[in-house]
Amino acid sequence: MSLSVLRRSETVIALVLLAAMLLIGLINPAFWNLANLFSLARSNVVIGIMALGVLTVMISGGIDVSFPAFAVAAMYLTVRAMVAWDWQGVAGPFVMATAIGLALGLINAAFVYGLRMIPLIVTLGTGSLVRGFLLGVVGTSQVNIDRMPKSLIAFGSTELTSLSDPAGGHFALSAMLLIYLAMALLVHFLLTHTMLGRGIYALGSDGEAARRVGFDRRLTIFVVYALAGALAGFAGLLHGAMIWLANPRDFNGLELDVIAAVVLGGASIFGGRGSVLGTMLGVFMLVMVSNSLIIMHIATTWQRVVVGFIVIIATAATSWRDRRRIA
Amino acid sequence: MSEPLISLCGVSKSFGGVQALAGLSLTLRRGEIHCLAGENGSGKSTLIKIIAGIYRPDSGSVLIDGETVTQLDPITAIAHGIQVIYQDFSLFPTLTVAENLALPSEIHAGRRLVRWRHVHQLARAALARLGIDIDLAANVEALSTAERQLVAIARALMSAPRLLVMDEPTTTLTGREVERLFAIVRDIQRQGIAVLFVSHKIREMFDISERITVIRNGCVVAAGAIGEFNEAALARAMTGQEITAEGYRWMPPPGAKPRLEIRGLTVPGELQGIDLRVMPGEIIGISGLLGSGRTELALALFGLRPIHQGEIRVDGRAAALRSVQQAVSAGITYVPEDRLTEGLFLTQTINRNLLAASFEALSRYFLIDFARARRASANMIAEMQITTPSGERPVMELSGGNQQRVVIGRWLMRDARVLILNGPTVGVDVGSKAGIHRRIRDLAESRGVAVLMISDDLPELVQNCNRILILHRGKIVEEVMAEATTEAILSEILKALS
Repeated sequence: MSLSVLRRSETVIALVLLAAMLLIGLINPAFWNLANLFSLARSNVVIGIMALGVLTVMISGGIDVSFPAFAVAAMYLTVRAMVAWDWQGVAGPFVMATAIGLALGLINAAFVYGLRMIPLIVTLGTGSLVRGFLLGVVGTSQVNIDRMPKSLIAFGSTELTSLSDPAGGHFALSAMLLIYLAMALLVHFLLTHTMLGRGIYALGSDGEAARRVGFDRRLTIFVVYALAGALAGFAGLLHGAMIWLANPRDFNGLELDVIAAVVLGGASIFGGRGSVLGTMLGVFMLVMVSNSLIIMHIATTWQRVVVGFIVIIATAATSWRDRRRIA
Repeated sequence: MSEPLISLCGVSKSFGGVQALAGLSLTLRRGEIHCLAGENGSGKSTLIKIIAGIYRPDSGSVLIDGETVTQLDPITAIAHGIQVIYQDFSLFPTLTVAENLALPSEIHAGRRLVRWRHVHQLARAALARLGIDIDLAANVEALSTAERQLVAIARALMSAPRLLVMDEPTTTLTGREVERLFAIVRDIQRQGIAVLFVSHKIREMFDISERITVIRNGCVVAAGAIGEFNEAALARAMTGQEITAEGYRWMPPPGAKPRLEIRGLTVPGELQGIDLRVMPGEIIGISGLLGSGRTELALALFGLRPIHQGEIRVDGRAAALRSVQQAVSAGITYVPEDRLTEGLFLTQTINRNLLAASFEALSRYFLIDFARARRASANMIAEMQITTPSGERPVMELSGGNQQRVVIGRWLMRDARVLILNGPTVGVDVGSKAGIHRRIRDLAESRGVAVLMISDDLPELVQNCNRILILHRGKIVEEVMAEATTEAILSEILKALS
């Protein structure tokens, strides 16, 4: 029993994460400031919610690189609509953003299922299309804080605890974390406690066997890509609400970070493997590393180098693991 | 005589003008072990898929329990108690044994949520029914092939089937695993379940089946109780030709020097002091249990065990075998057991596969002499009698037997002096098997190649080798002349070792 806990990839990631935290804390004791930890937690929310969708797609044996485009489209369209109609709501706009993401995800699913196309190519294409249409048809101007709907700003600033530091500064634990945790629990329940969720693993593990056993391939693929799109749409608007800005060029290159986090969390690029807990740890690791680079005043260009290394090392580690198990 | 469970009457099926089944009739009785024999391409798989409801016959009818079933689809087939275990087992490698066992029946029960305790209960019961013990929490990918097969069988039995169809179940099993499988199949039969055992291995059919149906080109060519057949008749029925079973008789050529000499070859933990002399034209059979060191011997000779002690000479010259390149330039070549993953570039053309090891020899100043390469590969296709319209077809379109010829042919182009074959006819049907054997003998006789043939297939060794070695725990424990032994004797020796 104790051995099997050690062999679980979540345990390994948690240990690596702990080691990294200790190391970063040694280099920079400011890391352990409550203010820093709170801001770190806050940075997990948007990437984490997107990662849950990507995780689901990857378990099914697919990949999604279109979600940042979907997220930005959902956010920008929704905010522009709110500005245009002077619409001051929270639930309504989030439903709209989620629905936009979901609809775009269904398009991915239709290509992947109906035309049996390779998910990477499909989502590269749809992502590029959506970004292009957004900038070409809807507009290129940012919606800044002065025009940003007040209801969204208020919602995005909801706090759980509010503390003051000795210097008189104010810091707080964002309530958005609760949304992230709730969604993680939901996806975890879907993946581990429903037949549909086990079908996603089965499809990624051996698609032909899944079909013979009687899992519904069409349903699974549509659910997986629609979920990834919906989560991306939701996370997109949440991002806007949290930074008080709607930029139609946002989330550029985010797909790599999120996929890196998911792979780091133990999911396999070949499908059939991965867990919500692992993904959350992977996201935390990635966010923590870039956060620390910022604290240490290292240029953002070098963050790309670090992310690149993380992707390669994490993929190497998982593929080494997979090969060892097969042999 | 028990009642018929399933009858096929005059079933025909064609795919794009190719007649896979032509008016075939077959009856399976309740609780019998029935063997369906036929070469690759004889229509066996099509027949299985019709029984499983995956294909609809073009004409003819399927009767279950004496009643015609007009719309047999996979779900009704399962509802009638038909379970098929395909060659790839259809398991999920990244899921646990428990899930692999229980999920299918949970789906058919229409469950939406997974009840993990129930899943484990179902899985435990399924394994208990076969009397086997496999860790339920282990991922299937961590299991051996034999264990995976047991999981697949246990899973099929969970739906209380009346007919279990097993498609070539012994292809990847070792001798002892096959025996265990047969014991389980007999046990399944005692539970009143009929088994349709699909195979092209003649020996197995006699071991396991009660009745046998032989098909060729989509027609039944022979059928009856097993007692009505003998091996020769069965082989004749399957291939439609007489297959001679004459042993390989080899006389040392006068004044010949050994082609391969091994003295004290030792690989830590794998081989201990192997001594062996092989003359030109000799075919030496090597057998032993899995892990006996037989494959390791081949790997060591092929330069894949750089850390070894001992002396190896090819044609009297000492050969350093620390890498594959050194082995190949010494004239030693190796055809691995799993030719599909280790030996062939499946999507590439036959020509490229044949030439893969020869491009260096065929090029001048870094440029490949394509005209020469084309001639060389065309000659080899002719010499190995590879059946193909053109050398430009991808290798994956070839039958198993022809693929094997491509791998062997590749090394012959390099002027092999020592040819090591590991399981040369695994997964190859009877007809092409005889063809490959003939080619190997010709090579030994005409080119003076020294052949080491590693195999589990004892009849193959007795028939084609002049000497047979048995390895155990890294040592040669037995050496017999093929003319002075039989497979029964060899089989006894092997059993005594285990």
